[in-house]
Amino acid sequence: MNIVVVGYGPAAQRFVETLAGKGFDGRVTVIGEEPRPAYDRVHLTSYLSGTSADELTYAVPDGIVTRLATRVTAVDRAAKRVVTADGGAEPYDVLVLATGSAPFVPPVPGAEHAFVYRTIEDLDAIRVAAKDAVEGVVVGGGLLGLEAADALRALGLKAHIVEMSPWLMPRQVDEGGGSVLKGHIESLGLGVHAGSGVQEVVTGPDGRVAGLRKPDGTLLEAQVVVFSAGIRPRDELARACGLDVGERGGIVVDSAMRTSDPSVYAVGECALAGGMVYGLVGPCNTMAEVAADRVMGGTAAFEGADMSTKLKLLGVEVAQFGAMDGALDVTYMDPVGGVYKKLFISDDARTLLGGICVGDASPYAALRPFVGKELPAAPSDLLFSGAGAALDLPDEAQVCSCNNVCAGDIRTAIADQGVTDVPGVKGCTRAGTTCGSCVPMLKQLLEKSGVEVSKALCEHFAYSRAELFDIVRVRGITTFSELIAGHGHGRGCDICKPAVASILASLHNGHVLEGERAALQDTNDAFLANIQKNGTYSVVPRIPGGEITPEKLIVIGEVARDFGLYTKITGGQRIDLFGARIEQLPEIWRRLVEAGFESGHAYGKALRTVKSCVGSTWCRYGVQDSVGLAIALELRYRGLRSPHKLKSAVSGCARECAEARSKDFGIIATEQGWNLYVGGNGGFKPRHADLLAKDLSTEELIRTIDRFLMFYVRTADRLQRTAAWLESLDGGLDYLREVIMEDSLGICADLDAQMGQHVATYADEWRATLDDPEKLGRFVSFVNAPGVPDPSIVFASERGQIKPVMAR
Amino acid sequence: MSWTRICAYDALLPERGVCALVDGVQVAVFRTYDGDLHALDNLDPFSGAYVLSRGIVGTRKGEPTVASPLHKQVFSLVTGRCLDEEGASVPVYATRVTDGNVEVSVRGVAVFPEVLRTAVAAG
Ligand code: SRM
Ligand SMILES: Cc1cc2nc3c(=O)[nH]c(=O)nc-3n(C[C@H](O)[C@H](O)[C@H](O)COP(=O)(O)OP(=O)(O)OC[C@H]3O[C@@H](n4cnc5c(N)ncnc54)[C@H](O)[C@@H]3O)c2cc1C
Ligand code: SF4
Ligand code: FES
Repeated sequence: MNIVVVGYGPAAQRFVETLAGKGFDGRVTVIGEEPRPAYDRVHLTSYLSGTSADELTYAVPDGIVTRLATRVTAVDRAAKRVVTADGGAEPYDVLVLATGSAPFVPPVPGAEHAFVYRTIEDLDAIRVAAKDAVEGVVVGGGLLGLEAADALRALGLKAHIVEMSPWLMPRQVDEGGGSVLKGHIESLGLGVHAGSGVQEVVTGPDGRVAGLRKPDGTLLEAQVVVFSAGIRPRDELARACGLDVGERGGIVVDSAMRTSDPSVYAVGECALAGGMVYGLVGPCNTMAEVAADRVMGGTAAFEGADMSTKLKLLGVEVAQFGAMDGALDVTYMDPVGGVYKKLFISDDARTLLGGICVGDASPYAALRPFVGKELPAAPSDLLFSGAGAALDLPDEAQVCSCNNVCAGDIRTAIADQGVTDVPGVKGCTRAGTTCGSCVPMLKQLLEKSGVEVSKALCEHFAYSRAELFDIVRVRGITTFSELIAGHGHGRGCDICKPAVASILASLHNGHVLEGERAALQDTNDAFLANIQKNGTYSVVPRIPGGEITPEKLIVIGEVARDFGLYTKITGGQRIDLFGARIEQLPEIWRRLVEAGFESGHAYGKALRTVKSCVGSTWCRYGVQDSVGLAIALELRYRGLRSPHKLKSAVSGCARECAEARSKDFGIIATEQGWNLYVGGNGGFKPRHADLLAKDLSTEELIRTIDRFLMFYVRTADRLQRTAAWLESLDGGLDYLREVIMEDSLGICADLDAQMGQHVATYADEWRATLDDPEKLGRFVSFVNAPGVPDPSIVFASERGQIKPVMAR
Repeated sequence: MSWTRICAYDALLPERGVCALVDGVQVAVFRTYDGDLHALDNLDPFSGAYVLSRGIVGTRKGEPTVASPLHKQVFSLVTGRCLDEEGASVPVYATRVTDGNVEVSVRGVAVFPEVLRTAVAAG
């Protein structure tokens, strides 16, 4: 088969690349009018800042014949050949028109003196003209116009933008966004003249451009005028040879990219597909892939495309995705900060239709894939920056619109091709290789899938946490060095070290700072306190079940007062003391331990709190002593190291004042005993706990919880809460019941023994630390000046307490 | 080049950093598993807190590293460069062992990260 392609732009390039990739073995000739093969027009502006034409130019695939600097002047469909300006001719079996589009230049007097912004040669000409110019005007305030104006500014000109519509980028933003955008553009030093047309390009007596006259008669002085007022498909060849063209231009094609002549295809910006001309490179690429597939007998179809855009203009983020209106909308507007964000939502407030962002495009990458799908969170939350960062994308959600790559494609690349970084994803899927706006999304998918698809904990261990747990247990390994020497590589990292530390602690229950274990801990465990943003720590003594005597409350108050700590009641029914420097921690804890307090493990992946309600002792509705049980459970499981933190609560009746069903294990009193719920979670992805067993006696309850916790500790992934663990458990709740209540795996005796060992060997970490001079010696800010406080820690006061002040 | 004694070499727990105050500069000093010494500035450039000495020490593709305890960005102990975010880095200082004591110098900077170098060149 003999294929001729007319026009050598990005669409033609993608067409021949796809053919080559599919192993096409016929003859392919590309005839292009420009002096070089296709180049990256999307990054054309970088040519002015030093990127060379060669760097922008794509490689011609092997075996493709090119005829450059050659214009096709006619298509002879009867003879199946094209005629070129140099008098030559090229026969074809299949013809592909990829002639792109040309900038629209309005027919005003003097327009012939103006420039356009489309090719490398256009930019060369603008650069020459800018040399002895002071001011420049760009006609057109759309995506390309703003890019051109910014380029003029970078060339040293005072640049103005003239836009017909009442605001800039009318195709991407609404009026509110437009007004915020105007502020940004003006602060870049660009003049904005919206709501204004063009009368003529004025030339001086020397024949050189002197400015632009607006319809109201005023003259904008400028020595360079650039038209960027839209594009027109180059359909002149098609028109002349009798192919169907649209009323307003564009070569009519079907979903196979075929024109009205079955042996002629049209792709890219010259094509009118489904009544639309697409002026973005993403859809152009998709069209080229469809045509290549069809030529080779495939059945691919072009079914429209995402027109989302993100402006690459330095310093100003503008983005639009999906629809530009909807039954409902939610707007976040900060005129001072120059931020405008709006989401369009269906009338039932469930489906995301589209959005507009100015000044902060962070919702763009995160939310664009959700267009047409159920909102992943409350709209107001989604509009704040950073929100959405952790959203789980469905496989079919499009992540890269330039190259039509979905989340599933990327996950497949990660799982099947072992891709581990963004360059790898780019190489494998093309995602992120064009405009780059989806790269943050690629990173997130990598981060998430890294854990999801590869069981390997990190580069140091090829095992999952559960597998490592078994290795450690079965081989009786007691140190990290032994484990990594025998079963890993290198010297570990911030992922595997704490995970192994937790496994060793679950199995052996020695002190977390003993010997080599001290170097495995995250800073929180290393100092038995929670690090805060300024490098100080918070202290959370355990208050089992939330019950506390007045004496103990007074001690907490005295300690906080004497050390000048900020205090607050936590959401876990206890008290947090903030702002302690490292060297103060032992002194604070000496006082607390003396008064009978223990570590609350707020820093550890361990049991946190067992919350309680009032219960039958005082409450008129209570049917069981919820406080007594909560205290007993908290004391039983305190110090138990686990894959993630563990929380619990006990409610004295079905009114559920302790919110037990939001906990990893929650207990609700019944007339007959206790109902046990497991796998609840508050936090990022709330989940109600499932009922595991009903009307248990206290003894049965404790045995079931013992086994539940130990089975979780053995088999869960690193940082997997019980909610996610339960959901990923094959066979779910029924399976769990079989294992821990019917002993289907025959491991219950083991689990019971392991918990028995934990309860018997528990010792308060803080008391043990205070008794050990070597461990205590590490609680200094400076190893060479033990008494000296860290001078970078500074506080101000707020509502009568301290608050951190950061140097920057 | 002036050297300041920090502590006995044996007092350093392998893979657990300490912070030293040297001529007013907070220096994070690390002893790796194979016994090498490294010193970085203690200021975590991402959070603005002086905490790098409290990060977890390990390796990435064989290169010794420390992860910021606040937001876990990983820095090379050799070059001070952040391996997670291009362009970020922290100064690296010279270390030596004399008579069993660890000494650090903040005057003759062993490696001066590019970022700082450009900042200095720019004014
Ligand atoms: C202090 C406290 C806020 C408060 O003042 O009320 C708090 C503070 C922190 N929470 Fe929390 N959470 C606190 C109750 C909660 C609760 C409510 C509760 O426990 O009843 C929840 C939702 C319930 C749940 O966990 O299911 C909660 C869900 C989280 C999460 C999200 C967990 C999730 O599964 O999605 C994190 C992040 C994480 O652990 O990865 C988190 C992490 C944190 C960290 C550790 C963040 C950090 O790394 O710095 C905070 C430590 C501050 C400190 O230095 O003490 N905190 N956190 C509460 C401590 C309770 C206590 O006494 O121990
Ligand atoms: C400055 C700039 C920035 C852009 N930024 C973005 C962006 O951020 N995101 C985005 O999605 N899109 C962007 N675009 C648009 C994108 O570049 C186009 O969508 C893409 O180039 C279309 O490719 P094409 O091959 O269909 O057409 P073209 O690139 O126009 O290529 C067509 C080629 O055919 C040649 N030709 C035409 N007629 C003939 C003939 N008769 N004989 C021989 N040759 C002929 C033309 O000379 C041209 O070389 C930008 C465009 C410009 C100019
Ligand atoms: S859960 Fe029931 S017993 Fe407990 S405080 Fe509420 S009403 Fe009272
Ligand atoms: S969306 Fe443009 S490169 Fe992915």
